[in-house]
Amino acid sequence: MTLHSADVARFSWRALIGYPARTLLMLVAMAIGVGSVVVLTALGEGARGYVTGEFASLGTNLVVVLPGRSETAGVNPGAMFGETPRDLTLDDALALTRSGRVRRVAPLNVGSVSVSYGPRSRDVVMLGSTAEMLPVRHWTMAQGSFLRVSDIDRALPVAVLGQTVRDELFGAERALGEWLRIGDRRFRVIGILESQGRSIGVDTDETIIIPVAAAQQLLNTRSLFRILVEARSREDIEPVRDFVEATIAERHQGEKDVTVVTQDAVLSTFDDILGALTLAVGGIAAISLAVAGILIMNVMLVAVSERTAEIGLLKAIGATPRQILLLILAEASLLSLLGALLGLAVGQASAFGLRLALPILPAYPPNWVIAVVVAIAMVTGVVFSLLPARNAARLDPVLALSRR
Amino acid sequence: MIELSHIDRHFQVGDQLVKALDDVTLHIGAGEYVSIMGPSGSGKSTLLNLIGLLDRPTAGRYRLEGTDVTALSDVEQARVRNSQIGFVFQMFHLVPRLTAAENVELPLLLAGMAAEERRPRVDAALEALGMADRAHHKPEQLSGGQRQRVAIARATITEPRVLLADEPTGNLDHKSGGDVIAILEGLVDAGITLIMVTHDPAMGGRARRQLKMMDGRLASDETGGPDDTA
Repeated sequence: MTLHSADVARFSWRALIGYPARTLLMLVAMAIGVGSVVVLTALGEGARGYVTGEFASLGTNLVVVLPGRSETAGVNPGAMFGETPRDLTLDDALALTRSGRVRRVAPLNVGSVSVSYGPRSRDVVMLGSTAEMLPVRHWTMAQGSFLRVSDIDRALPVAVLGQTVRDELFGAERALGEWLRIGDRRFRVIGILESQGRSIGVDTDETIIIPVAAAQQLLNTRSLFRILVEARSREDIEPVRDFVEATIAERHQGEKDVTVVTQDAVLSTFDDILGALTLAVGGIAAISLAVAGILIMNVMLVAVSERTAEIGLLKAIGATPRQILLLILAEASLLSLLGALLGLAVGQASAFGLRLALPILPAYPPNWVIAVVVAIAMVTGVVFSLLPARNAARLDPVLALSRR
Repeated sequence: MIELSHIDRHFQVGDQLVKALDDVTLHIGAGEYVSIMGPSGSGKSTLLNLIGLLDRPTAGRYRLEGTDVTALSDVEQARVRNSQIGFVFQMFHLVPRLTAAENVELPLLLAGMAAEERRPRVDAALEALGMADRAHHKPEQLSGGQRQRVAIARATITEPRVLLADEPTGNLDHKSGGDVIAILEGLVDAGITLIMVTHDPAMGGRARRQLKMMDGRLASDETGGPDDTA
């Protein structure tokens, strides 16, 4: 004697709508549990999206090339022959532009210089770079323009100032178009950077930016401090890293004398931390699901004792204990499923409200959370109904029928 | 067809042993119309439940159509109840949230019969009891007599050989009680074996065979009701 699943579903459905107060109570409990998991994970995901987004604004898909090999420890065999790691040069930087996966390349020189305008003078950090630096670092201009695109080795006498440098040298005076002095050379101010806040190591407000070739002349060096390479997409980061290593090695007679750092590695650490946070918050919310499970057990126990006569009757007309068990569990599963769907609707609506209220927070619940939370709701509903269902299956029909 | 031999059914209530059935031996043939009477506590309901496989004897043997049903498992007993035994209760025991037709359908549903196969049988059963126009009413919308007719339709939908009725008119007024008895006696005429528990002598007296219970024992077993003398 096997029940048809359509009959089981219909019977369970009739049982649910037959006791609307009880059904509503359990639906609400389940919906609160599921809804809070959805909302809280959406919130966690939103926070993660926000932080990684902020971090990515330092530069997107960056691969940073440093001269020297950081792993080299102890006695460098090169040292025996009086060799030192080769410098990174502007030609190296140019060579790195020759890949379809590379969007931009920005060479970088850094030095401390004395800048003066009229009687005022100040020691600042000088960055030597190219026009590419602005988009690579996602900087924005307050006034004027950034370094213009030109040949990489042209030492144009132009400078872009950070806010603090501008204030200290020019005060209330107009800075744009004025000539100032760096070391023994004169540079014309062509732009003022907007304040970017402190971004990993460099406070742009305290810097002055000039063409890389001019910086090299001032610092009297051919070597670059860094080369910033921007890959076209996140997927391109690893190929670009390999390309950079291969290209530099080829240009340096096979020596792997540079260190290549990807921003991805740092970003993924942040990602991991915030992902774990989301998981923890979601886990705490999942406790409310367990509470819903206990409520389901209580309500199903009451349901079984309320329906004792009905269960006795089902036994009298030939229901086996298994069939009774199946009917009660089907009812609980149906209830859990409906509760979970209601909870998803509530959770998604709340997440939507959250996104409206805080547009900077991309609060979307992850898809896997939705799948998992529905599964947990179903399992909880069924597991906590096992005891009531077993009680029902074991009812003595004679006693059950004599109850009124 | 029903053979009970030396059946005991004892309950332990506190430190007292209650002998609800004490060494009952009884044979009921196919197509018989039997009433069981006796004061409350005499064991008549226990006897009916035992015949209906809702209860197991403490000792003794029960053979139904030649099969020793006391030895069957719970699942096998459920199957026998479904296909060979029909129950009619004093309290009707209809499922309140299901319609008349759905209540009648239940035994077939439990037997795993397909929906399209069940429908004509349910319709026919309700039709036969004059309940076709009430098929989609809930029990609360039906009178007591109508409810009991739905219960009879449900009890007979699997075409059982035995129909067990426990005070079937106990909750009905005189008229609808009479209607229900007429329906049950009609089923007897069609060949079913009817065993009815009642404490109403007028009702019990209509049966061709009348059993009287007293303190868990068969006090008397008389054949020859008004039907025979008529």
